[in-house]
Amino acid sequence: MATVRTRMRCLYVFNRNGICLHYHVWLRPLITLSAQQDQKLLFGLLYSLKSFAAKVDPLSTGKENLSFQQPPGQGCSFHSFRTNTYKLSLLETPSGIKFILVTDPRMGDLRDAMKYIYNIYVEYVVKNPLYEPGQPFRCELFNSTLDQYVKTLE
Amino acid sequence: MASIYNLFIINKSGGLIFYKDYGSTGRLDTNDSLRLASLWHSMHAISQQLSPTVGCTGIELLEADTFDLHCFQSLTGTKFFVVSEPGAPGMESLLKTIYDLYTDYVLKNPFYEVEMPIRCELFELNLAQALRKDKLGLAGR
Repeated sequence: MATVRTRMRCLYVFNRNGICLHYHVWLRPLITLSAQQDQKLLFGLLYSLKSFAAKVDPLSTGKENLSFQQPPGQGCSFHSFRTNTYKLSLLETPSGIKFILVTDPRMGDLRDAMKYIYNIYVEYVVKNPLYEPGQPFRCELFNSTLDQYVKTLE
Repeated sequence: MASIYNLFIINKSGGLIFYKDYGSTGRLDTNDSLRLASLWHSMHAISQQLSPTVGCTGIELLEADTFDLHCFQSLTGTKFFVVSEPGAPGMESLLKTIYDLYTDYVLKNPFYEVEMPIRCELFELNLAQALRKDKLGLAGR
């Protein structure tokens, strides 16, 4: 039987303080850093990329200082970037929660998929009465629904 | 309307060696363009560390709400990046063209010191020509 090659790599969910609420790996052959270091590095990258995008934004007139961080949902922000080995898509909700999906570089636009994943999170994590907002979660139903949905994206 | 907004060229240590603005609304001052260039250099390096598979060479395309940023890194570590309208086609080949012009008119200039800011009249002239051609090509499509 041929091995199943998934095009998904991993999913990160961060709260607005940079704490990783959820980290899920589908396929990750290269691990150079510990999970915690990796998450910190990624959050730092997204933080800088956001202020970079707000500064570069060719259509804005009032320029903030480069170190100024726009509140979630304001200012020009990026939704994905691509390298030769992976593509990273980002969705930031108005409450400051960041969903990051890392996939194969050949994936198309995943903005709708990210919204769908956000909906799964709302349904199965936020509506879970035992879940404390802002805390890391491990939710069986979230994982299985996510896995199912991700298969439809392949 | 121009399809590209800015062009940056940064050397292998992240210093801005060439910057040109092609009509963005809020112009960047010199200090900001230098800061953006070195910020891009470090983010490019971090993106390589986060790769889930081996052989990552850094960000090639950044997609934002109002712009696309295409980046090309030469073998020697010089990075070229353009900020364009979202979904503008042919940016990879434009970057290759700019790289060709850089090798021809900057590196082959005997008075140019490597890794230093680019002040070459011929480069600017040919760059302007290439961009005009690119724009006409797009309009003709």
